Amino acid sequence: MSTAQKLAPAARAVAILGGDATDRALRLHLEGLSRVDAVGLEQRAAGFATRSIKTASKAAALDTVIGLIDLTTLEGADTPGKVRSLAAKAMTPDPGDPATPRPAALCVYGDMVGVAVEALGGRHGDPDDGRIAVAAVATAFPSGRASLAVKLADTRDAVAAGADEIDMVIDRGAFLAGRYGQVFEEIIAVKEACARPDGTAASLKVILETGELATYDAVRRASWLAILAGADFIKTSTGKVQPAATLPVTTLMLEVVRDWHRITGERIGVKPAGGIRASKDAIRYLIAVAETVGEAWLTPHLFRFGASGLLNDVLLQRQKLATGHYSGPDYVTID
Amino acid sequence: MSKDIQQAGEGRRFLDYAPAPESRDVVRLRPSYGLFIDGDWVDGHGTPFSTIDPATEAPLAEIAAADEADVALAVAAARRAYDKTWSRMPGTERGKYLFRIARLVQERARELAVAESLDNGKPIKESRDVDVPLVAAWFFYYAGWADKLDYAGLGASPRPLGVAGQIIPWNFPLLMLAWKIAPALAAGNTVVLKPAETTPLTALLFADICRQAALPAGVVNIVTGAGATGQALVRAEVDKVAFTGSTAVGREIAKTIAGTEKKATLELGGKAANIVFDDAPIDQAIEGVVNGLFFNQGHVCCAGSRLLVEESIHDEFVDRLKQRLTTLRLGDPLDKNTDIGAINSAEQLERIRQLSDLGEAEGAERWSAPCAIPEQGFWFAPTIFTNVATSSTIAREEIFGPVLSVLTFRTPAEAIAKANNTPYGLSAGIWSDKGSKILAVADRLRAGVIWANTFNRFDPASPFGGYKESGYGREGGRHGLTAYLKAGAR
Repeated sequence: MSTAQKLAPAARAVAILGGDATDRALRLHLEGLSRVDAVGLEQRAAGFATRSIKTASKAAALDTVIGLIDLTTLEGADTPGKVRSLAAKAMTPDPGDPATPRPAALCVYGDMVGVAVEALGGRHGDPDDGRIAVAAVATAFPSGRASLAVKLADTRDAVAAGADEIDMVIDRGAFLAGRYGQVFEEIIAVKEACARPDGTAASLKVILETGELATYDAVRRASWLAILAGADFIKTSTGKVQPAATLPVTTLMLEVVRDWHRITGERIGVKPAGGIRASKDAIRYLIAVAETVGEAWLTPHLFRFGASGLLNDVLLQRQKLATGHYSGPDYVTID
Repeated sequence: MSKDIQQAGEGRRFLDYAPAPESRDVVRLRPSYGLFIDGDWVDGHGTPFSTIDPATEAPLAEIAAADEADVALAVAAARRAYDKTWSRMPGTERGKYLFRIARLVQERARELAVAESLDNGKPIKESRDVDVPLVAAWFFYYAGWADKLDYAGLGASPRPLGVAGQIIPWNFPLLMLAWKIAPALAAGNTVVLKPAETTPLTALLFADICRQAALPAGVVNIVTGAGATGQALVRAEVDKVAFTGSTAVGREIAKTIAGTEKKATLELGGKAANIVFDDAPIDQAIEGVVNGLFFNQGHVCCAGSRLLVEESIHDEFVDRLKQRLTTLRLGDPLDKNTDIGAINSAEQLERIRQLSDLGEAEGAERWSAPCAIPEQGFWFAPTIFTNVATSSTIAREEIFGPVLSVLTFRTPAEAIAKANNTPYGLSAGIWSDKGSKILAVADRLRAGVIWANTFNRFDPASPFGGYKESGYGREGGRHGLTAYLKAGAR
């Protein structure tokens, strides 16, 4: 692509870059972003981990965590039975306590969207209305190594099957090769593919796969790039690459959405995914959110956890708070 | 779902973290403390005084005051211990005692941290994660030097100085004790130490650790009291005076010992510049400014109390900094979530107030973080002054509180000139993503310690000390050891 070539229009990019989005304009903008000092960022994140969340705060935090979970199964071995089981778990997380909040969404592969929607039945809908959304990974997840046509077909398929949210992956190869324009165009195209015939659209989460971007500077650039192209959420990882979500990376992405909000007044969501298994870790993320962007972000439309095992640990902790003693893994249901 | 969460969190926000207080039970304070002389507790002959918890103004314990005779007794005990035991002991043996002390500090870390926060007002997260671990690190580091003095750069078999009189401030009571006692003992000196009047508790707990370590009697003596006790110690038969505190007192000490054989190290005030260039990692620079000044309520001699920010990013930087300061939590020092504790004394609080009012009167613009101030105790909200001129009093004088003066610059040369334009020269900070710029600027700053892309980091291997009115001599590292040694055969 020639550097002067005009890229697909994205209102956000045009407004921020102050003119047409070109590969060159994007590059200048992204490379002009303030750099990240790794030591300082990690120190800040370690500071969140020293907060001590007790009693009433802990109870509120645990319930908040459950309400922000995208209950996820992304295995080659996924079957309709497995997805139905997961849906049942989402609808009744703890049969012993009907007051237990429900996760925000189910997150499945595209071909399982129909099964998930059907299994949720009347519970399917917007988490803000107390319902459970269905999110689908798309665009040749997890590697993203396919042609744009295949990625778009993958996306349209999932949306047509009833997905409320699309978790796409960026082309890390193109990003690392400096072809920011290509990544930008792909996100815009996928965003368009999220549109439904009735004029509404599925919400778009853009997975940066921070474990493959390797440096914090690259994570910051990729976050900006995704937002400029129209992302509703920026998401750390597929969960298939190590390291997946870390507290420093998530803190950095939260700083980006905070800065975006400062400039435009617009709120973008953040989703750490992969590797968050313990309640204690999840609560640290809540602290990072509250102290970086503010508590307004602790809603399903602005923050999510991509996790599978986390829910059961939170339920155990919740039972412990209620009864005063720890039970064991057999006192929560497997999904 | 959202209803359940709303109910669970009704009437409160997540950020209003529920109280998470550290238990006070780990510290058993006695109702009164005597002087620790020659391995024993003895009565003082001055008028005893109380030490209070600055967060509640509740008295913690009654403390003996040493008069001139008591100080002379302590110095005599230190002299005996020096002549008979400590100076004759092989370095390997001295090292063993110091290692033992270091391990005891670690074992009793929680108790020491709670006592420090009670007496000083600093947040428990700082005494637990910074002060006490550094105290242990200092003893471990100098324990390792005890049998390696031949390699201190002073020739073969350097000799200790003798008895050291040491006077420490209230901002890092136990850490300053470690900075003083560890190198002195490693080099073979014995000590008489006077903790600050408002924060004697951890030094008295340390006396107990010396007994637990079976340190020979008289090697460490602790005398408590106010300024008069300190003056008596400076005038007593000591071979070395080591002082950390205000420049005014440091100057008095220098006058008192002028013309005598007494050696001195003085670690005095500071008015450090924290220079933020426009190519700095901004988010981390903001953290660094917060940590550089609001750490320990700004009661830090090397605090970055003058923020020099490049004019092109000034407005945005200050805006973001204010935003960040609103998330700081001021309150009970023993709460694990407290970021800003209590001001150490009513006197210090008054000084901070006076200087802040003066700053406002001189035309600077004042902004304080909106935080609830407890009714009891001494508190001062984190405060920023913008539009500060280099001629403002608050840009010249050490405030020793959570008050930041923001100034701007246009070029690196101007930043350097403004940073150096102070009678002090203890520390400085530089924030830039460009390594060559950091090195070039650091080279021209006249300050004893320069941090790049960080601030207020300490390590026992690194020397610390000032230029100009910030004092003379170095503490820490090999340099700190030579301050307690006479040159041996070359």
